[in-house]
Amino acid sequence: MTMALYDFIPRRGNMKIWLPVLGALVVFPFFVRNEYILNTAVFAGIYVILASSLNITNGYTGLFSFGHAAFYGIGAYTAAILATRFGFPFLLTLPLAGIVAGICGAAIALPTLRLRGIFLALVTIGFQQITFLVIMNWIGLTRGPMGIPGIPPVSIFGFALKSNFEYYYLILFLDVVVIFLIARIVDSRVGRTFVAIREDELAAQSISINTFRTKVLSFVLATFFAGLAGAFFAHHARFVSADSFRLEETFLILTMLIVGGMGSILGPVIGAVFLVILPEVFRFLAEYRGVVYGLIMIAAILFRPEGIAGVPGIIPTRGILSRPEKLATMEEPVP
Amino acid sequence: MSLLEVESVSVVFGGLVAVKKVNLSIQEGEVVGLIGPNGAGKTTLFNCVCGFQPVDEGGILFQNHSIHVMAPHEIAALGLARTFQTSRIFKRMTVMEHVLLGQHSHQRTGVWGAIIRPAYVIQEEERCREKGLQILSFFEDRLLPRVNDFGETLSYANRRRLEIARALVSDPKLLLLDEPTAGMNPHESAGIARLIRKIRDELGTTVFLIEHDMKVIMGASDRILVLDHGEKIAEGLPEEIRQNHGVIEAYLGRKHGA
Repeated sequence: MTMALYDFIPRRGNMKIWLPVLGALVVFPFFVRNEYILNTAVFAGIYVILASSLNITNGYTGLFSFGHAAFYGIGAYTAAILATRFGFPFLLTLPLAGIVAGICGAAIALPTLRLRGIFLALVTIGFQQITFLVIMNWIGLTRGPMGIPGIPPVSIFGFALKSNFEYYYLILFLDVVVIFLIARIVDSRVGRTFVAIREDELAAQSISINTFRTKVLSFVLATFFAGLAGAFFAHHARFVSADSFRLEETFLILTMLIVGGMGSILGPVIGAVFLVILPEVFRFLAEYRGVVYGLIMIAAILFRPEGIAGVPGIIPTRGILSRPEKLATMEEPVP
Repeated sequence: MSLLEVESVSVVFGGLVAVKKVNLSIQEGEVVGLIGPNGAGKTTLFNCVCGFQPVDEGGILFQNHSIHVMAPHEIAALGLARTFQTSRIFKRMTVMEHVLLGQHSHQRTGVWGAIIRPAYVIQEEERCREKGLQILSFFEDRLLPRVNDFGETLSYANRRRLEIARALVSDPKLLLLDEPTAGMNPHESAGIARLIRKIRDELGTTVFLIEHDMKVIMGASDRILVLDHGEKIAEGLPEEIRQNHGVIEAYLGRKHGA
């Protein structure tokens, strides 16, 4: 049986495909013991979480959120402050960063998700800028432009992670967990309501879906996962500053999602890996690399709006990941 | 006690009175037709009943709940399902996903249930699949063979059928159909008329429908209401409506010199 990429989700039934891929990812660092390449791979792993979480709102639920980097930053600063001031270990700062980002997400979602389409986009861009300004100016909490240095490295049950070799396995594990959780949520009654709202909000209401509550839920989930990515970033880089969480960062995550394919599990993963590796390849272009980003985004929107994971011309990106129905009396459709 | 009670409902758009002090009641097990010329306020009245249109005056009771103050999703959860004048299917979702979504209010899986997938989640999903297939089989061979197809690949008539299926699968007490045969050919329209009778006879669902096709409305309805300029001008059995002078005037205009 052939399997289209757009419909791909790791299941027991397609182990033959995903086990070798996962195996290759597991042995990869043994062959490439190069700090620079492994560092790039760790960053790709962070962006996999960011793009996959943005996919919940922008891909499945069809909301226009343009403030994802702000929640990433809130997660990173939460972890940084808790770790440097109170000595919290990574196993505590990771969930707390997610929860704080999720609470901030709810605080933004509750008043603004009554707005439609473009207004939500404007409010989230505004929130993005406000978050940046707060980080820059609330010196007492965030040390402003000086950033927070000296964040302790990840230490799990006394085992401190030192090299990117070790961080690579940690982020690979987090990626697998996050993708698993998102896939489970999307492939359920909850995910169906997300996609129904994207497709037709009025019709969704007419079949008893509380669209407001569902949109808030979608937003909180997306921001929670962004917060997790932030915590990892803080402990890995061991230094956070507002510059890492600008609007440009939001657009980078959004580009990954669009290029990879919105509304599919694999899309943002492919997009994130692609757009982390690509600038490294184009390093010789120096400051013109931004132009390459722009061209890729335009090319994706023009020639492949459903993203790399979509199948052009046949079906736009698969909305939800339910298995095909097998009927005893399956016949050819009557025209 | 009647299933639906509309009490002197009015809706005003700016200076235009779209619905004017309309009273009507629908008993359990009836098929009630709503007709009237274009712009008579039929769809506006429907939208009031399912909560999409706020009521300016009057009240609506559904199974003794005052639904004119409730949100659309709350009204739907009480057992009131509808279809739309222009079909509003989910284009990038499969036929099966539509009939699963239709049973939203009968399921309780939340985020934790989705992640952990305890036994009740699996059972719930299986039960709803069965139920979905059962409702799809109501439409003979139109929807069932296309159960894995996307909404947007369906033909126009099948989209309308799918919308009815999505509404029907929730076991509604009252089904509102807004011009279910719009754009269908006479053969397909006759099929819809048969389907409406079948929904009432086999599922016991009360049906309230807006329709322009007189063959369908006369054939399917037990009782007909006529709306013109937002006012109810007649109510009665199909035979009575056919001969009502007011109705003929509303549709065809007054005779010269009469």
